[in-house]
Amino acid sequence: MLATLLADPGLVIVTTGMLVGTASSLLGAFLILRRNSMLADAISHSIVLGIVLVWLLTRQQSGAVQLLGAALAGIATVALTELLTRTRKVKDDAAIGLVFPALFALGVLLLNLYARDVHVDQHTVLLGEIGFVWLRTMPILGHEVPQALVWLGLVTTINASFVFLLFKELKLATFDPALAHALGFAPAALSYALLVLTSVTAVASFEAVGVVLFVAFVIVPPAAAYLLTDRLERMILLGIAVALASSWLGYLAAVALDVSIGGMMAVVTGLFLLAAFLAGPRYGLIARLVRQRHQRLHDECLALAVHLLTAENQGEHPRKPLTDGLAWTDARATRVLAECRRHGLVRDDAAGLALTAKGRGAARALLEPWRVEPG
Amino acid sequence: MGRALERGARRGRADPAVNTSAAAATEPLHEPALALHVEDLTVAYHGKPVLWDIDVNIPPGVMAAVVGPNGAGKSTLLKAVLGLVPRTAGHVTIHGAPYRQRRRQVAYVPQRTAVDWDFPTTALDVVIMGRYGHLGWFRRPGRAERERALAALDAMGIRDLADRQISQLSGGQQQRVFLARALVQEADLYLLDEPMAGVDAPTERAIVALLQGLRDAGKTLLVVHHDLQTVSDYFDWLVLLNVRVIAQGPVEKVYTAEHLRRTYGGQVALLQREPRNGALGAETAPRVEA
Repeated sequence: MLATLLADPGLVIVTTGMLVGTASSLLGAFLILRRNSMLADAISHSIVLGIVLVWLLTRQQSGAVQLLGAALAGIATVALTELLTRTRKVKDDAAIGLVFPALFALGVLLLNLYARDVHVDQHTVLLGEIGFVWLRTMPILGHEVPQALVWLGLVTTINASFVFLLFKELKLATFDPALAHALGFAPAALSYALLVLTSVTAVASFEAVGVVLFVAFVIVPPAAAYLLTDRLERMILLGIAVALASSWLGYLAAVALDVSIGGMMAVVTGLFLLAAFLAGPRYGLIARLVRQRHQRLHDECLALAVHLLTAENQGEHPRKPLTDGLAWTDARATRVLAECRRHGLVRDDAAGLALTAKGRGAARALLEPWRVEPG
Repeated sequence: MGRALERGARRGRADPAVNTSAAAATEPLHEPALALHVEDLTVAYHGKPVLWDIDVNIPPGVMAAVVGPNGAGKSTLLKAVLGLVPRTAGHVTIHGAPYRQRRRQVAYVPQRTAVDWDFPTTALDVVIMGRYGHLGWFRRPGRAERERALAALDAMGIRDLADRQISQLSGGQQQRVFLARALVQEADLYLLDEPMAGVDAPTERAIVALLQGLRDAGKTLLVVHHDLQTVSDYFDWLVLLNVRVIAQGPVEKVYTAEHLRRTYGGQVALLQREPRNGALGAETAPRVEA
């Protein structure tokens, strides 16, 4: 099975995308909820400096030492950002914006000065070369396995174990850091661990997919999942599902249209987000419009009930046509009346319109809430 | 070592003699007769003192209010006890030992606005978080934690909301969820930051009943409270705080016009007030004019 996978460049490319997507969106879910997603962007840029420095020191372009370099670059980004924020001269988002372009620029400068022959150029940094991952291989158990697959497989396993084993701790540290701290769960250390893993994932993804697709995979699938569910577990799983589907569909679309594979994968994540934004069951735009319309009708019903109660209290009988005082159009009045009858709030009696007991109760609950104990 | 100490301390609560001998090997208990002992505490943010050299002593089994104007350092006091803010000076002991050894015996209810209620989770799940401290690292909550959390939601009268996403709860219901979470921590000392801020009247009654029930069961409560009118109806102990401690002790001794004036400065208009005349005596209660 492994042999067939490795023999098919298409499968290798899709698998690479899926591994990047899974590893990234696992962490991205927490980054988004902590409002830290800008840090993923920052880290993914500053690791260029880490990669160049490690290359200058060791002449190694990939492998464990590069993962270490990335982790250090990520920590440097976060530490410098926090240092700047602590001076209280700049806000934290501005601090992020100051730190990572500086580190990125320094990285690019060093690249141009000393490392012209290294296989890291601006184009690769931004877009990667996912189409060529299957070309660079390393021997494992008698198979020539693409290096990207090996490192990404490792990183995905690490991230999945991290989130699985420390799910409870990460959830608490994200939702209520103060309680996490009070209970002894070291939220600051967890936060750093999360960002170090983000850096490591960035460098492992970097060569294959570039900065842009990495950032897309960190942020977009979990953001789409967030719109679709109310449970953290499902948000993480849905985020992974979106990432997997985007890799597959993105590859197919890119081949069909003969465009950049990485770019197309990012586009598909965006389409998923758009779909979730429009058609999400609770937070989607369509659902919200329907709910608002329903709410308006409901409010109008209560307005009518209160109107009838006022009239009742003043010993009047609501005159017809109903539309005079309320200034509703005939169509609107008909719609509201139908809704009120459907809920059994009003009934027709000999003289015209009257409240039912239920309708009277609803109107009273609005006007005199202190008489009714809210649940 | 921390674990062993904690076990020793926990065992010791049932039998003070054991406690003393178990802890004596490492560190003697300091003021063990007090549920909470704060001495010479100063907390400063960026050179500005928020709490200035304060001593607070809360005996076990009382329901104590911390009252003072905005910026008096009330929340900071709770956070300093829990080690959430760095202490410039001073020390804190809980039943004689530092907080680190008493973690599981202390429950904390932060201000409701301290967390993001859009977080994708349910009321039940938030309550289960109160058990995390007892579970420790890596162990996941199971059926036992679930049952406990449901019972706590039941005690707060919102069991039927267990599966609601937390942003769909009203402010009062969210506060009840927080209280339920503190309840499952099964602590001895409860620190609550404005649990009655912005809740409806029935929720306030439910919260007060719960807290008084805890006190009657021998627990100690320290509650940041914002409403001077209800202090003597709800609480039996009072700490008046305004950067320094103005006065502390049983409510009937501390709740005086002179003390309140010194706590609030010119911000409070004091009128004669009958003791224990119920919440309806609003006209005669001290009123904050700010």
